[in-house]
Amino acid sequence: MTSVAFEKTLLNASELASALARMADAMASELKNDDAVFLAGIPTRGVPLAKRLARELAVRGVECDCGSVDISMYRDDLGMREGISPLQNTELPVDLDRRTLVLVDDVQHTGRTARAAIEAVLAFGRPRRICLAVLVDRGGRELPIRPDFTGTQLSVAPNVRVRVRLAESDNGEEGAFAS
Amino acid sequence: MSGGSVNIRGGRVIDPSSGRDETGDVFVVNGKFAKQPAEGAEEVDASGLVVCPGFVDIHVHLREPGQGAKETVESGTKAAAAGGFTSVVAMPNTQPTADHPGIIAWLRNRAKACGAVNVFPTGAITVGSQGEQLAPIGAMAGAGIVAVTDDGRCVQNHEVMRRAAEYCGMFGLPIMDHCQDASLAGSEAVMHEGYWSTLLGLPGWPRMAEEIIVARNVMLSEATGTRIHCQHISSGGSVNILREARARGVAISGEVCPHHIALTDEALAGYDSNFKMNPPLREQSDIDALLGGVADGTIDILATDHAPHTVYEKEVELAAAPFGIVGLETAVGLFCEILLHRRPVIDLPRMVAMLTINPSRLIGIDRGTLSVGSPGDITLLDPNRSWIVDKETFLTKGRNTPFHGWQLRGRAVRTIVDGRTVWKLGA
Amino acid sequence: MKWQRKDLTELRGLSAEEITCILDTASEFKGVGQRRLKKVPSLRGKTLINLFVEASTRTRTSFELAAVRLSADVVNITAGSSSLSKGESLKDTAKNLEALAADLIVLRHSAAGAAQFLAERLRAGVINAGDGSHEHPTQGLLDTFTIRERLGRIAGVKVGIVGDIRFSRVARSNLHALKKLGAEVIFIGPPTLVPPEFQRAGASISHRLDDVLGELDVINLLRIQHERQKAGYFPGTGEYAALFGLNAERAARLKPGALVMHPGPIHRGVELDGSVADGPQSVILDQVTNGLAVRMAILYLCASAPREQEETL
Repeated sequence: MTSVAFEKTLLNASELASALARMADAMASELKNDDAVFLAGIPTRGVPLAKRLARELAVRGVECDCGSVDISMYRDDLGMREGISPLQNTELPVDLDRRTLVLVDDVQHTGRTARAAIEAVLAFGRPRRICLAVLVDRGGRELPIRPDFTGTQLSVAPNVRVRVRLAESDNGEEGAFAS
Repeated sequence: MSGGSVNIRGGRVIDPSSGRDETGDVFVVNGKFAKQPAEGAEEVDASGLVVCPGFVDIHVHLREPGQGAKETVESGTKAAAAGGFTSVVAMPNTQPTADHPGIIAWLRNRAKACGAVNVFPTGAITVGSQGEQLAPIGAMAGAGIVAVTDDGRCVQNHEVMRRAAEYCGMFGLPIMDHCQDASLAGSEAVMHEGYWSTLLGLPGWPRMAEEIIVARNVMLSEATGTRIHCQHISSGGSVNILREARARGVAISGEVCPHHIALTDEALAGYDSNFKMNPPLREQSDIDALLGGVADGTIDILATDHAPHTVYEKEVELAAAPFGIVGLETAVGLFCEILLHRRPVIDLPRMVAMLTINPSRLIGIDRGTLSVGSPGDITLLDPNRSWIVDKETFLTKGRNTPFHGWQLRGRAVRTIVDGRTVWKLGA
Repeated sequence: MKWQRKDLTELRGLSAEEITCILDTASEFKGVGQRRLKKVPSLRGKTLINLFVEASTRTRTSFELAAVRLSADVVNITAGSSSLSKGESLKDTAKNLEALAADLIVLRHSAAGAAQFLAERLRAGVINAGDGSHEHPTQGLLDTFTIRERLGRIAGVKVGIVGDIRFSRVARSNLHALKKLGAEVIFIGPPTLVPPEFQRAGASISHRLDDVLGELDVINLLRIQHERQKAGYFPGTGEYAALFGLNAERAARLKPGALVMHPGPIHRGVELDGSVADGPQSVILDQVTNGLAVRMAILYLCASAPREQEETL
């Protein structure tokens, strides 16, 4: 994907890297005593983000597994959007019940995605604890759900679209952008 | 009933009964064609138009008695007038079936009271068109039928059909037959049996269901001498059978309807019941053969099979929908468009003959001609006039047409019955 | 691709991409059956009506279960219990159901084109659960899904479908789905039941099962109806079984790894011997399981299609 003409950069590549590092620091101190932490990325960009965070946490002495949780089937707006995207893979461990599960997403906006993700996870098991980690909290919450770990906090007008691009999924491009 | 008078001047006068084709005048005095103009009569400037004998449609379902929701004598004959037809032949598959002289008399009275054009009744061949016992054909002949037919059905028993042919000879009545073998057609068929019926999963009936009966009729006509007319020919094979028989001088004939040369079975792909008719739309090879039959005179009559139905009857699953479409108000446009413009297979005088003198001769009426002394029925035709079919402007009660929105070239602009204008374009 | 259709009336009009989208979606839904909660809330608050004007317990149950797993509310209407038996038109019945705010209508009907007829007239999504001899799209999809799952591909696979092809909506839906994804389809049966017109639609035709048996990667046996015998399409079930039935002796001549399929219900001993139906090559019960996943996918996708909003003043 190439950059759109009227895009404004919110985070460049190095700012993104330090935001991720801040998150990893906070997560490491919070989760160091938890057993069997599992990072569940929310497709699309939550999945590579979860993998990066797992590496960062490993450096900080916290070992954890990674997977994904697709929220499509748990959305509350079926038929209200213009078509739907294909379902993505869900990879969660079978022994979810005793674990700490961290939902990882790129952008926090209304909170509806996180709500759906929580419901999706609960269909697979009963984690001891569920946390939420997002790279960019852009504001605009519609549900009482706020992230436990945030890379950066921004206040963005409601009609602005915030996109995160990651090298793994966006042809090497890296950063957060508003359009 | 005394007729009107009118002087029509300056048109291209085509009268196939006499071979006349020239720019000239036509006069009607007191309802009859005359040599001299009528004093003080209406003057009609026909320059740029074709002046023909009034068109005769030998295949119309007026639906009365019994099915006035579909059509009435009044609405059906108004539609005929608007389509350029001055005479229609009414089919007997009404409720009850027109199989006795009382119903024939009723229909004639009704037509006299509220018919916009001439109505010629037919009677059923068999009682209730059940194909078993001969209807009182002699009594109906006395009441004024011009032919017998079980249209909508077909006499399956060849012995019954043979006796009907023999019996009709006594009155000089032709038989019009809806050629269809019931066992081959099956009771559930809704369309032509072929690639499209296979793909769409719709039960179809094959060409041979028609051809077998056309061949039977050739044999029966040859054996009895009675004229048998094969209605709405749809299959190319039927044309070949007719061609061979007519070359031998057998008194057999056939008609073709607009839809069978305008559309193919592919039209059923949307399951639209406005494409469901009996006989069904067939394939391009059939259209080609039908047009070949028109070109060489094997088929010498054009008809509509005007079959109005209500919207609610037609707006159902295809299997449940009745057969048939309306045709009176689109036929002339379609015939001009297809036979003269799109695939010129015949010239204008030939087409006029197929709409006038040929059907008149079949049923033995003194119309379809401009000859002096005959009833003054005239159709003024603009064979090049471009127009768009709009079913909402139809005078028929039926809206069941597959031609809505079609652009056609050729339209009747004025219809005159017995010297009186019964319809005028834009009036 | 993004799914855009509110209805599924036939597979003939779908693109290969759309069919693949359905199969991929079904794969994900198949996983739901393995979750602790075998139910997702996708269709919560939506109402699905199973309108079965022609009886079918099997298909209706599968659709009902699919809808329940998607958290939809389900109402079943069968021919005998509906106003259709009192002469109400299909259109009026369906309009009434829509007035009761049905979001999806699953229609089984004896008339070909019935689903399309409704789809054109309703805002609700219409899913064809079999219309006359036309199509049975979800069956075609679940068969295709099962083949893809077992053999890993569709392109190049040789599928023989045996039996009453002429009247079979299953055969037609299979043909369209399989051809679009690159399979080869052979229709097998007597000429009375396998009309040559199918060649133009892309099928090969054989009237001799024994000639092609050894080439097939998949053999799908269709149920033989006694009505066809009465109508003269074949002399009797005994002769049919002798010529076209998959018995143990014929099954032994199948390719190793070839799949045996049947849309059910089976006439054991006619089109398929019991030992083969229950044998190692049979995937008949996979078909049933996959049918649920495919139907969940279809309901999910069709419910997701954007609806035109009613005009408000």
